[in-house]
Amino acid sequence: MSAPDLSVRLPGLTLKNPVLTASGTFGYGLEFSVYGDLASLGGFVLKGMSLAPREGNPMPRVAETACGMLNAVGLQNVGAEAVIREKLPRLPWRETAVVANLYATSADEFGELAVLLAARPEIAALEVNISCPNVRHGGAAFGQDPEQAGLVTRAVKDRAGKTPVIVKLSPNVTDIAAIARAAADNGADMLSCINTLTGMAVDLERRTPRLANVFGGLSGPAIKPVALRCVHQVRRAVDLPVIGVGGIACARDVLEFILVGAHAVQIGTANFTRPDTAFRLPGEIAALMDKLGIQSLDELRGTLKA
Amino acid sequence: MDRQRCRTLKVLENRPVGQSEPASRFFELVLEWPGWSRWTPGQFVMVRPDWGAELTWARPFSICRADERGLVVFYQVVGRGTERLARVAPGEEIAVWGPLGRGFAVEEDTPTLLLAGGIGVAPFVGYALAHPAPEKLHLVFGHREPLARYPFAAFPAPVAKENWHEQNPGDLQSFLARVREQVAAHAASGLVLACGPLPFLRAVQAMARDTGARAQISLENRMACGVGACLGCVTPDADGHRVQVCTHGPVFWSDAVNLDPEKPS
Repeated sequence: MSAPDLSVRLPGLTLKNPVLTASGTFGYGLEFSVYGDLASLGGFVLKGMSLAPREGNPMPRVAETACGMLNAVGLQNVGAEAVIREKLPRLPWRETAVVANLYATSADEFGELAVLLAARPEIAALEVNISCPNVRHGGAAFGQDPEQAGLVTRAVKDRAGKTPVIVKLSPNVTDIAAIARAAADNGADMLSCINTLTGMAVDLERRTPRLANVFGGLSGPAIKPVALRCVHQVRRAVDLPVIGVGGIACARDVLEFILVGAHAVQIGTANFTRPDTAFRLPGEIAALMDKLGIQSLDELRGTLKA
Repeated sequence: MDRQRCRTLKVLENRPVGQSEPASRFFELVLEWPGWSRWTPGQFVMVRPDWGAELTWARPFSICRADERGLVVFYQVVGRGTERLARVAPGEEIAVWGPLGRGFAVEEDTPTLLLAGGIGVAPFVGYALAHPAPEKLHLVFGHREPLARYPFAAFPAPVAKENWHEQNPGDLQSFLARVREQVAAHAASGLVLACGPLPFLRAVQAMARDTGARAQISLENRMACGVGACLGCVTPDADGHRVQVCTHGPVFWSDAVNLDPEKPS
């Protein structure tokens, strides 16, 4: 039997395998380059960037929870210009897909970021963050209202040229399908779902919240069932490729998301659990496909009997 | 490049120190030698036993010693992670990545003061063993638990060492007075290195500022990844920028970080 086909064809983008890493869990890629070959990944999504540098939220910003963690980092980043100047030239962008994750507080700013990043040959796609729960302005506020989500998507798409646009959806909504449709109707090429779930943790003895921000975003294996449900709903609502994100830690998780209809996946918190997780996955996925008699991801995708 | 690879290492020993089980809260973990080409005392490793999905993160520990006989980590049971770690048996395998971060300065000809509070003594064992002139080292160690629970006896003989057991109110002040005296004695031409609880590090930082001593302090903040990505362990630097303790530290020059974020640096 020949080696299984792991490649994924997306609008304007072909991945050598379905394994990407999620924004905010993989730095600028460089932090992980001693743990594996960045070029062996399907791609990686850079830490969310804004036009101006941001210092993020006060500490403590992270808390471990059962089968997961909370974070309220608040999009600390060096700013788009520093990313372009200092990070992009060091990335193996010819060999793997480097995706820029964009954060802004208005549709106009999103448009400005899109212009800056879409012009860069290193950037294979733009991911629009309308789902960060940890910032006061923008973020999830855009992702919780179909009209706003549509406006932001349109602002980025209109200035992205040929660079494909991914819209990252929030699970913290009443009807994720409605947001997905708004993004699709306004030019999104793909959707990634999901971002973190809003949560909190407290210290009983001290009677304090465990995050300075009080609320944070829950990630890790605890949210995988929510992510699978969202991918399933979104795939039924819109005819766009979906990138599954949420608690994915092993090859079996990856294939479960493909089964439910995802084209590719992003590995998030599992990068913290062990920094070579993403690098090991393509081989483990191929081995599992082999074991299950699956020749290609296309053959498995969306075949859930439901 | 290769030396930071994530490895699965076999546990050689994991034994309580200075106290019998099950009461012991102090443990020495010896892992098989990871074959590092180099490391610096003060650096740390991330350690994650195969404890399933419930505990999401690995745990950071300073390197106590590392040589062909093994990688040694000294830890105190304080929470869910270290409680689980204490139950790991020899022969089990543990994921380890490191050596991580920036370690302590080593200056062969400089009289060097080692200031340790509690479990913070651990990295100084490796520091003293690796130092080219251990007779230049002076350890001042403050602790609350009995001395036998700490790796105090592991220091090579040429190191001048003293310990201050805090048992009564007022002992802490005596210890800090001694620390102040020694920081002042090392201010003109020495080097001061400190590792211990945050209030102790704040005190050392203030003493270094007051006396003009060159000092380094080792921070430990809660972290998820250890490699600079999660941005959970950040601390304000002297310019007010939030920098990762895992990659910019854990050892910082004392004037490079602001340990009192409420006050301007």
